[in-house]
Amino acid sequence: MTEPGRSGRPQRRAAARPRDAGSWAPKVRRLAVTRRGRPGANVDGRRLTGPVQGFGQMWQKTYRMDLGPDIAPRQAIATWKAHFGEFWPAGSRFDNSLTGISPGDVALLDVGLGGGVRLSTGVFVLYADEESFTLMTPQGHMFAGWITFSAARTDPVTTVQAQVLMRANDPLYELALALGGHRKEDQFWIQTLTSLGRYVGAPPAPVRARVVRIDPRRQWGQAGEIWHNSMVRTLLRRATRIRGR
Amino acid sequence: MDEPAVSMGLRWVGDDAAVIDISGDVTAAAEPAFTSAYENAAKRGARRLVLNFGGLEYMNSGGIGMLVTLLVHASRHRQKLAAFGLSRHYREIFELTRLDEAITICDTEAAAVAAAS
Repeated sequence: MTEPGRSGRPQRRAAARPRDAGSWAPKVRRLAVTRRGRPGANVDGRRLTGPVQGFGQMWQKTYRMDLGPDIAPRQAIATWKAHFGEFWPAGSRFDNSLTGISPGDVALLDVGLGGGVRLSTGVFVLYADEESFTLMTPQGHMFAGWITFSAARTDPVTTVQAQVLMRANDPLYELALALGGHRKEDQFWIQTLTSLGRYVGAPPAPVRARVVRIDPRRQWGQAGEIWHNSMVRTLLRRATRIRGR
Repeated sequence: MDEPAVSMGLRWVGDDAAVIDISGDVTAAAEPAFTSAYENAAKRGARRLVLNFGGLEYMNSGGIGMLVTLLVHASRHRQKLAAFGLSRHYREIFELTRLDEAITICDTEAAAVAAAS
């Protein structure tokens, strides 16, 4: 359908229901997590943060692995969605037990950062279709951004990919990433892809990592996000519990 | 890999304002076409970039990621970015991803060109 715009130039309108309509999460302003036994304290009421909002330098990190010729992209993504947390390295936990990976779902997660430090936070399923899905992070997460998991066929092999587009959410996280956090994250996704490959019976293959610094600038206007820092809040809650015993 | 089902047209609406007309599917596969349109505009001295999404038929999260990359490039080169032609569905996606906080969204081309000033 076409109709004239105010400038006189014809504006083509998209179809009434776009093909991607069922793949995107409905619009939310703040996350709501009401889960018995796991209150999601670092997630409930938080706003979503994308790479536009974060504090630190912007990075695009891409991790790719060939699965061989026998696994179709849709099969790889269906398996990844169904067993997402199982592929994570030991010491980290992804809890989507009550939801799954569908657009609009919120999953809680605990990530071991080393030295007994844990990060309790969550992720929001921003987008999901049969060949990809994307998670978006809330305020207080280590980074503001999106992680997109996808699979594609480049004959004769299927390749799976995890791609992170991110900025550290606040100055403390920026420092932590510079002091080994980036390396740890690389290891995290390399292990995850390796576990996925092993699960689907793919022949052993290396994970190729490509890291690009998209924007070297820091957004100092976002430094106040440190107030929501989930790592600090997790540590404080733990310390309070210990003192209260 | 599938061929990208997208086309990007570039036209000028002033000495320093370029409109990129986007038609089809905006996914990560559209990046070469998008980069080419942006670089042509930048090479000819565009200070204002206006994205026309009136022909947008499909967009996934890879496409949104590509827009963020464009936004960073434009910001580094002190170019202003605005958009128009977004259907309600895609406007909500811009709001959900908070991309609307960095790209001014307008109802008409004239308003978008003015907003990018």
